[in-house]
Amino acid sequence: MQARWAPIQRRDRDGVQAPMQDIRKALYVGSRSDGTLIERPMSPHLQVYRYRLSMVLSISNRITGVIATGGAALGVFWLGAAAKGPKAFETARKVTGNPLGQLVLLGWLGSVVYHTVGGIRHLIWDAGHRYDKEELNKDGPVAVKVTAGVSAVLGIALLCVAGRRRHARAKAAKVS
Amino acid sequence: MNTSTPHIEVMRSQLGRARGLGAGQSGTAHWWAERASAASLLPLSTWFVVQMFRLGGADHAEVARWGAKPCNATMLAAVIITTFYHAQVGLQVIVDDYVHGKAHLPARLAVKIVTSLLGLLGVFAVIKLVAGGSSSK
Repeated sequence: MQARWAPIQRRDRDGVQAPMQDIRKALYVGSRSDGTLIERPMSPHLQVYRYRLSMVLSISNRITGVIATGGAALGVFWLGAAAKGPKAFETARKVTGNPLGQLVLLGWLGSVVYHTVGGIRHLIWDAGHRYDKEELNKDGPVAVKVTAGVSAVLGIALLCVAGRRRHARAKAAKVS
Repeated sequence: MNTSTPHIEVMRSQLGRARGLGAGQSGTAHWWAERASAASLLPLSTWFVVQMFRLGGADHAEVARWGAKPCNATMLAAVIITTFYHAQVGLQVIVDDYVHGKAHLPARLAVKIVTSLLGLLGVFAVIKLVAGGSSSK
């Protein structure tokens, strides 16, 4: 591939290399190993790109990674409450049991699922597959659908299991 | 200049070289750490999701009994350690990418400290659950 960056000739009248004043500019001056000075390529600013699904999915992998970490922190607090004793665990269950807490848990679940799907895609790319433009654009919507499907199934199933167990316990308490 | 001479283009700025900027020589190891922990988390987090089906809506006695089993405690500790290790490695990349200047070092230290402490808290909770389970039986 032909390089798009041109050798730069910044010389004063005597043919001496002009001193660079601006640090930002200076950081863009590179040299080839044959000695020519070149202007290093600059990546285009984010806003000049047309919207693509792939860029949303890319940044989403980072964002869901951060959310997943926050959720893991909550999970560790939950485990700490279980280790501390029944009283602390009851407090934790008040958080995980109310609708707002369950919304947070669903958000955590969705983030973990997306981050896992995104991570698997990264591992596939690292192995050298599915990294062509067409393949990337084909796989993106699939990743979204898989995330939505798996999150919905897991979320509903977990809510059902938790609800049934709670219900059964309440019934048993009433009988005894 | 003779462009037909075989040469490698050095895409580093001269100021950057003078300042000692550039590769920190730890990038590949960091990258591998991220991938290896990610791959380990696939089976570990699957195990964790299955356990959540067993524990959804459970009361304290049930959770304590579950956490006291050595197998569960081992897997749980593995999940916690790998999760927070992966979080540490991943968050460091985010901090390196988006936090510049004076805030960079404190942000990086904060990531290290917070993820380490959370991981330790999780591990000690597991230890307490195991210890508590054996004594009550």
